[in-house]
Amino acid sequence: MRVGLVVPCYIDVFYPEVGIAALELLERLGVEVDYPFDQTCCGQPMANSGCEADSRATEEHFIGLFSRFEYIVIPSGSCTHHVRNKFIAAPPGPERDQVSKHVYDLIEFLHDVLKVNEFPWSEFPHKVALHNSCSAVRGLHMASMSERVHDPYFNKPKALLEKVKGIELVDFPRHDECCGFGGTFSATEEAVSARMGYDKLGFIQRSQPEYIVSSDMSCLMHLQGCGRRLGTEVKFRHIAQLLNGDHA
Amino acid sequence: MGIREDILDRVRRNQPAAIPHPDLRDFTHLASADLITTFARSLGVMAGVLIDKPPDDLGAFLREKFPDAKNICSAVPEYVGTSKPEDYPVWADAAKIDVSVVRSPLGVAETGSVLLSDDDLRVNTIAFLAHDIVILLAPDKIVENIHVAYQHPAFKEKAYSVLMSGPSGSADIGGKEVHPAQAVMTLTVILWPESAKTS
Amino acid sequence: MSVHPVVDQASNAARFLADRSREEYFDTLMWSLREARDRSASEVPEWEQLRDLGSAIKEHTLSHLADYLEQFEASAKRNGVEVHWAHDAHEHNQIVAEILSRHGAKQLIKSKSMLTEECDMRRYLENRGVTVTETDLGERIQQLDDEPPAHIVGPAWQKSPEDVARVFAKAYGSDPNNAAPVYLAHEMRVHTRALIEKADAGMTGANFAVAETGTVVTATNEGNADLSGNVPRLRICSVGIEKIVPTHRDLAVFIRLLSRSAVGMPITQYTSHFRAPRRDGEMHIILVDNGRSERLGMEKFWQSLKCIRCGACMNTCPVYRRSGGLSYGSTYMGPIGIIMMPTFDIRRFSELPFSSTLNGSCSNVCPVKINIHEQIYAWREVMDEKHQIKLAKKSAMVAAGEVLSHPELYRIVTAAGETTLKRLPRFAIYNDFNAWGKHRETPLPAGQTFHEWYKANRRKA
Ligand code: SF4
Repeated sequence: MRVGLVVPCYIDVFYPEVGIAALELLERLGVEVDYPFDQTCCGQPMANSGCEADSRATEEHFIGLFSRFEYIVIPSGSCTHHVRNKFIAAPPGPERDQVSKHVYDLIEFLHDVLKVNEFPWSEFPHKVALHNSCSAVRGLHMASMSERVHDPYFNKPKALLEKVKGIELVDFPRHDECCGFGGTFSATEEAVSARMGYDKLGFIQRSQPEYIVSSDMSCLMHLQGCGRRLGTEVKFRHIAQLLNGDHA
Repeated sequence: MGIREDILDRVRRNQPAAIPHPDLRDFTHLASADLITTFARSLGVMAGVLIDKPPDDLGAFLREKFPDAKNICSAVPEYVGTSKPEDYPVWADAAKIDVSVVRSPLGVAETGSVLLSDDDLRVNTIAFLAHDIVILLAPDKIVENIHVAYQHPAFKEKAYSVLMSGPSGSADIGGKEVHPAQAVMTLTVILWPESAKTS
Repeated sequence: MSVHPVVDQASNAARFLADRSREEYFDTLMWSLREARDRSASEVPEWEQLRDLGSAIKEHTLSHLADYLEQFEASAKRNGVEVHWAHDAHEHNQIVAEILSRHGAKQLIKSKSMLTEECDMRRYLENRGVTVTETDLGERIQQLDDEPPAHIVGPAWQKSPEDVARVFAKAYGSDPNNAAPVYLAHEMRVHTRALIEKADAGMTGANFAVAETGTVVTATNEGNADLSGNVPRLRICSVGIEKIVPTHRDLAVFIRLLSRSAVGMPITQYTSHFRAPRRDGEMHIILVDNGRSERLGMEKFWQSLKCIRCGACMNTCPVYRRSGGLSYGSTYMGPIGIIMMPTFDIRRFSELPFSSTLNGSCSNVCPVKINIHEQIYAWREVMDEKHQIKLAKKSAMVAAGEVLSHPELYRIVTAAGETTLKRLPRFAIYNDFNAWGKHRETPLPAGQTFHEWYKANRRKA
């Protein structure tokens, strides 16, 4: 099984360890991983800002690099959501469709494609709060949505984390309310964005976790920025790091 | 082109390609025995009061429940009040009423609503300007939900009809419902079969 | 062309947020309505089917709107109602003024209507010597305080009970220190009752208009539409042309959805059906377009006309809850405001589509399944196409598009090293570090990018 790994730009620059964890984890699971060296970004920043035309060349570049893969895996719900559901800046065609149809968030790939049952190398004896991004929940349906009160409950990232030895997962109020990152929004509407981040941290910290874990590093980048400003102790990890066996 | 024709013309030009009407359902689930308990619960949610059988003496009941009431306007043959709707040809004057007594032809279990239309009220304002309202409702006139309720002919025939569900209230200050708002202070439903005794 | 300045929702929101206790009060209140909505939806097993039906009925009706409008008009006329048509706010206001002056009516009582807000009718009539009294408690509070509604269901929700106590103390001489909602509602009752009883004309909006019977339907908790529509002999109903539903059986679906979505109650206390004038009275219906027919022709946006004004999208919106309703500077606010207001004035409301994180909760609660967050996204594109994006943001995006489509350039600007933070491309958090850093620490670039690590450790020669 050959997988094309996408390492989103903000992970590339700020959180290379997350890219490394995703790569190593896939390899441990016996997947042959290809990291196309010329990759840059999926085009989401421009498209989310309304500047679809400006994301066109970037999306075309992405398609050029990834359309040959049977599975394209991204350790980021928002990038996956963009490539799967909002990839319209590049002209339509079989290659664009191929990319949109074969893209997976890392969690989906582990949970739905590989159907991983255990991560024997993993152990994380800590209290952990799981934050699922809106892209993951409402865009990719990786968990049931709080608004859909009649839907059966499920939570794929949580189901995977529960396989990590020693982990203690804690709940918190308004669990799938947006954290306030929102891409461009975090800068154009910085006051509201930060308030949402502070509130999210406030709700999470009611259950006093040591770590906040997510499959979306962009939410965590924002929450970490808020947390550092507030002087909070809580630490942040990408879910790939726990599944890959980080102990702290 | 007149305004009417122009608007209709713009709408016709701009409306999307025809989309079919979906099939409607009534979503009824309850056995008829459960209708009354459901009605009672819903009316409670809406802050209404339910009396589950006719009192022996409605006059005594009203005096006890509304000791300060001087003007009781009855629109029902079961009870002769101190006034009747026709005494208020100027509809604003219904504000002088302390308690209105009316009969509803339809109750809705799902929402605790009762239907009142201009034929039941004769002067519509007796249902809002009065201080309190007492509504007689035959238990066999309770239907399960709004889907069934809207099949009642009143909605096609009467000039005015209202589904009243509890006393007037407002959540406009602080988001929590408080009673009363501008219309009746309390709403009481008495389950009272149509041909039962009069007092 | 618009004469109004562009609404700067972000700055307005920042001002609202500066008062932490007010913001917290509002957020908590709005969230409690969202929770109430969840509880009440969970009690209805067919909830999702009702949403599907609500959406489908509205889509059907809007796609046959001209026919249904004609049917509605014919039914209303048969009932003895006088039907008027208005292109826009001005025509609507003129018609109302003309009906009132025909009857020498100077005292108008009205129930809440977002349409008359849209038309700024109160001011128009007051300039012509008509006294207008809002009989909805929340709307009356806003009227007395000379402020537009902050929420389409509870216009005064942005005010605390203490604020309302102050407004009433000034207007009614009530106790400024008694902020108990029961007391305040009672003050309202005492002071508006007199105005209601002596009014010459009453006005309502419409939550729905039933084509088969020509009926105007209102949903209120206070009974104030019933008072406004019944106490005076003259009744005027303003109806947006998108309010039509075919039959009462269709109406049932929406009545079941409306109040549950809005405030988590099974129904409003008064669901009222005005089909014909009272025997000794007169009834007028004004059918108002005001931009709706144009929106109907917008491929990506016509679905916003399905809206039944329940406000659920606002209650759930994390941005609305922390911005306050007035920050949108518009008649409709929150998610539904974002997608409707640009159709009224694209320049003035060009920034609104950016006041969203696109989290999608609004679309999930919407009882008629409007794809609100997708429309917000689509509006952003329109703003770009129509050159309504701020220059600074636009140039940043052009530059980002340049860098991100050229791997060599991308490597240069992302290369780890001393100058990284300075040169760090804005796309990395999509924008401007100065704004980001006001309330947050900026992320620290790693010593080595993933790319560099891969090159050093994994890349086969
Ligand atoms: S858009 Fe939907 S949720 Fe929002 S007010 Fe309209 S009907 Fe309600």
